[in-house]
Amino acid sequence: MEMIELSIDNKLVSVQKGTTILKAARKVGIDIPTLCHMELHNMSIENKPGSCRVCVVEVDGRRNLAPACVTEVAPGMVVNTHTARVLNARKTIVELLISDHPYDCLVCAKSGNCELQSIAHKFGIRRIHFKGEKSTYRKDTSPSIIRDVDKCIMCRRCEMICNEVQTVGALSAVNRGFISVVAPAFEMDLEHSPCTYCGQCVSVCPTGALTEVDSTHKVLLSLMDKSKTVIVQTAPSVRAALGEEFGLPPGTLVTGKMVAALRRMGFDYVFDTDFAADLTIMEEGTELLGRLRAHLAGESNAKLPILTSCCPGWVNFLEYNFPDLLHIPSTAKSPQQMFGAIAKTYFADQIGVKRQDLVVVSMMPCLAKKYECQRDEFKVNGNPDVDFSMTTRELADFIKQSNIDFLNLPDEEFDNPLGESTGAGVIFGNTGGVIEAACRTAYELYTGKKLETIEFENLRGTEGIRSAKLDFDGLTLNIGIAHGLSNARRLLGDVRAGKSNYHAIEIMACTGGCIAGGGQPYHHGNSEILRKRRDAIYSEDKGKIIRKSHENPYILKLYKDFLGQACGHKSHELLHTVYHDKSNNEVTIHHD
Amino acid sequence: MEKQITQQGQLRIALRNCGMLDPENIAESIARDAYQALGKVLKELSPQECINILKQSGLRGRGGAGFPTGLKWEIASKSQSDQKYVVCNADEGDPGAFMDRSILEGDPHSVLEAMAICGYCIGADKGLIYIRAEYPLAIKRLRIAIDQAMEDGLLGKNILGSGFNFEIKLRYGAGAFVCGEETALIHSMEGKRGEPTNKPPFPATSGFMKKPTNVNNVETFANIAPIILKGPDWFSSIGTKNSKGTKVFALAGKINNVGLIEVPMGTSLREIIYEIGGGIKEDKKFKAVQTGGPSGGCLTEKHLDTPIDYENLIEAGSMMGSGGMIVMDENDCMVSVAKFYLDFIVGESCGKCTPCRVGNKRLYEILEKITQGKGVMKDLEKLKNLSYIIKDTALCGLGQTSPNPVLSTLENFYDEYYEHVVEKKCRAGHCKNLFHYVINEELCVGCAACKRCCPVHAITGDKRMPHYIDSNICIRCGECIEKCSFDAISIQLEPKILV
Amino acid sequence: MTRIKSLDELKNKRDELKSALSLLDDPDNPDRKVQIKVAMATCGIASGARSIKDFLTAELSKRNIPSVVTQTGCMGYCYAEPTIEVKLPGREAVIFGYVDRIKADEIIEKYIKKGELTEGVIPRNYSTID
Repeated sequence: MEMIELSIDNKLVSVQKGTTILKAARKVGIDIPTLCHMELHNMSIENKPGSCRVCVVEVDGRRNLAPACVTEVAPGMVVNTHTARVLNARKTIVELLISDHPYDCLVCAKSGNCELQSIAHKFGIRRIHFKGEKSTYRKDTSPSIIRDVDKCIMCRRCEMICNEVQTVGALSAVNRGFISVVAPAFEMDLEHSPCTYCGQCVSVCPTGALTEVDSTHKVLLSLMDKSKTVIVQTAPSVRAALGEEFGLPPGTLVTGKMVAALRRMGFDYVFDTDFAADLTIMEEGTELLGRLRAHLAGESNAKLPILTSCCPGWVNFLEYNFPDLLHIPSTAKSPQQMFGAIAKTYFADQIGVKRQDLVVVSMMPCLAKKYECQRDEFKVNGNPDVDFSMTTRELADFIKQSNIDFLNLPDEEFDNPLGESTGAGVIFGNTGGVIEAACRTAYELYTGKKLETIEFENLRGTEGIRSAKLDFDGLTLNIGIAHGLSNARRLLGDVRAGKSNYHAIEIMACTGGCIAGGGQPYHHGNSEILRKRRDAIYSEDKGKIIRKSHENPYILKLYKDFLGQACGHKSHELLHTVYHDKSNNEVTIHHD
Repeated sequence: MEKQITQQGQLRIALRNCGMLDPENIAESIARDAYQALGKVLKELSPQECINILKQSGLRGRGGAGFPTGLKWEIASKSQSDQKYVVCNADEGDPGAFMDRSILEGDPHSVLEAMAICGYCIGADKGLIYIRAEYPLAIKRLRIAIDQAMEDGLLGKNILGSGFNFEIKLRYGAGAFVCGEETALIHSMEGKRGEPTNKPPFPATSGFMKKPTNVNNVETFANIAPIILKGPDWFSSIGTKNSKGTKVFALAGKINNVGLIEVPMGTSLREIIYEIGGGIKEDKKFKAVQTGGPSGGCLTEKHLDTPIDYENLIEAGSMMGSGGMIVMDENDCMVSVAKFYLDFIVGESCGKCTPCRVGNKRLYEILEKITQGKGVMKDLEKLKNLSYIIKDTALCGLGQTSPNPVLSTLENFYDEYYEHVVEKKCRAGHCKNLFHYVINEELCVGCAACKRCCPVHAITGDKRMPHYIDSNICIRCGECIEKCSFDAISIQLEPKILV
Repeated sequence: MTRIKSLDELKNKRDELKSALSLLDDPDNPDRKVQIKVAMATCGIASGARSIKDFLTAELSKRNIPSVVTQTGCMGYCYAEPTIEVKLPGREAVIFGYVDRIKADEIIEKYIKKGELTEGVIPRNYSTID
């Protein structure tokens, strides 16, 4: 590869041809500030429209300032990143952005996490020299996401994620000039767009333009209500990321402290979604084996491949984009909903509480879960199986508001019976985890043999689409894995075209899986954080004594005492669901 | 050799056939040498030889920036690809510019022929014309011309037995000014949002559908065939040292002969305005001429004898642009002129980069403040500083030049800005907050004609008694002045202290 | 029309068309015609050029004057639209501006029939490259 030498702030740098000034500068420790630019290394996610102009630098011989994020280095280039001309321009750019931004930092959901705020702080901006009209738009609240695009700075990250990474196409820039903004087509509400609520737009928004619907207050009211028994479930990825909100290094597992905190906040029982993940494996694994056996027996209506159905963003995507394939996903509900269904029947009976007096709260890394728990399929006489779904970020704020000294909490254990889980339930948080958990169980159930190596290393990884062949005692099982909805779309396209020979496919909407969900602490473009969360999940699995779902004693007891057998009559009633064609969703255009 | 400058100063190369032939009948074009240059190129010249002719001719892009056309073609010809494209930029959007429309409506074959020549030179067999949908007649005539040329074998497969294939399709723009910028234009043709991206990569290496693409303006293409037929030396004998050939200008504004003219590069503004343009309307005093559209600037009396070419216009704080020339007289307020262009830019910015999206809006607001008589001296400094920062940081050519109208009026008409800010006076009587109407009591006969026509009932007075205008209510529509038969109402430039 | 297959064919065709046109213009040719061009770009049409063209076509035939009336593009005189160019056989073309029906009638009666120039002639103020 051709190397190019240049000078940045009087330092000589040698980089590969095609490198941007920004990357060349970072190589020698010069941190040129950026705003619209965001890159998640090793995940092929990059947003560089070169539009905010915060990263401009002075290049000798060039008429105007150059945006470092999109300008490639040239031999002998002389770059200065902090001359008066540059600093003045940069500061003015940020002042201009702020001049068209609400001054409500004190009450903004993003305060403290806002990249515009931190850049204003970094540049020492104390006064806005430009006063004038601010662009204002209608607020849009959906079941999961709030759009307050008065705060949009047109960085286009959400648009990039929504269109390129997720191929959902719900968001794009509309209008021209001063009133340009990123919005659904015709400035409709998100609810009437093909939005899947994956929340990836929220996870990359640098300001408070895109945030989650906050359920904290409603949950607080339930906790205060003496007539209610309030229980909580926590998803596997939450424990791998929650610590970041309290200043712990990324990848720190805080399972025990999280349980202790929830108990102190007043939840009557602290349970684990991982338990429900094990239950999901029992149902989904059994369904897979059933379909597989039918296929092997030559039944023509055997539906293969089977698709995992744990991820609500993915389910939404399927319902909008692949209505012709609605018959192939597993009918098993997601762990969140299985938990709710069991909690409001089996567990409610056990503690003698009426359904309507039991409040189920979930702590999730996800925004689509907020929508999922509101779906009509998951309600009994209007009462939802899961009442409220909160994100990791909301949980962290809630803990802080409850005056809990999180870092000094003792480690505590989940309650039973819905708190016991296996390593298989834990790895649901990573891409490849669900299918690995399913295979651990399916293998042993199918072959009757014990797994020698529990880890299926060939199912792990970060490639957007992966495939693996597993040997089930002579039977070769073809497994497909996709994460990120663009990859899902490609894989599903092959299935639709009859070009794939997979028996089972795992799909997660977010790149990396739930550890990178839309409800997780903000990564601010640092993919290292995501890698550490992923490692933490695998290490929690490794530390578990029981690592296969079908060996979870409480799961076995649940089947024995209540459900009967996996995929049996009662399971079907409580643990399985149906999918709907949303491709022709009637669209209502709202007029202001 | 051609006589360089005729008595009247106009020499028509790009407009050679406009008004001479029926654009809907290819036979008339063929009778006037259409496709002869294409035939010659295909039969006698290699692509590089043809490019060399263009390079020798000194032809530069007529879309505004003035990039050497031959060089542009050469870069595209050297890009390696299985598919390349020739694009004609017919997204003419400058206020007051209509030369592209006239060429397409009057002589469509000149553009089609040149696109085919370009295709041969760069190795493209597909051409696209990006034309704004607001030009229905040009679109109709282009369609007819393409059909007729296809039928005659002058476009399509195996043109004139040469084995060269070239087809041309139309793409319609939806009226966004920024789509005249070539990267935005390409995105728009691809069905994406029409907004520019950083260059490089230039379209010559990665353009339409990521394939090498050569984009030229209509007028540039219209110059190609004569250069091929008459030779590069003929062309380079016309014009100035670095700007060869002629330029089409659309004369508009306060000038007697509003219209389309084509003059050799190097012609002075004075010739254009007073000789060809017939002088200023109603013999008023010339104040300025705005060239280069919203990206350009204002030239004043001191520039009247400057020979017009690419370099001199930039030197004078304006630019060639596409060739709009809007003439202003003593009744035009230069602060308002700057405000007019900023208003245009604020609406037409694509909204992608911060300086253009927000910066221009803030410039506009400061100008508005000044025209309302609310400006302070610091605003002038702010205008200048912000303008320079926008120029320094905006993403595309549109944003980088958008403050030019402000900077050039600040430079050339600082005293007018000063009067607005300090004396609260608009000498042109244009800024409504800075003047008011008064009725001369001695001339007023109390006929009440003004009172009856006033749309906001600002005029009071008893019959046959002098009337009175309440400036607080008056909206300065000027209706009363029109109606008064006794010349009793006049403009008073000093602002009245409003109660 | 048949396809033109070579540069030579194109040249022949051009020469044929040219001589056909010059024949129209030949005062000694019994088939000579008055050639009128009406500037019909957007600007001309907006100022009423289409109805002037229709008027001229109808009137010239009514008044038995052998003529061809065609549309053409913009002549550049936007201030004087509608504009027309009248070419009497063997004479220089003359451009008239501000042509309304009354003016068109006057042009037929005075200039076309008698060769007398009327008011409203726009001097051709440019050279071109033939």
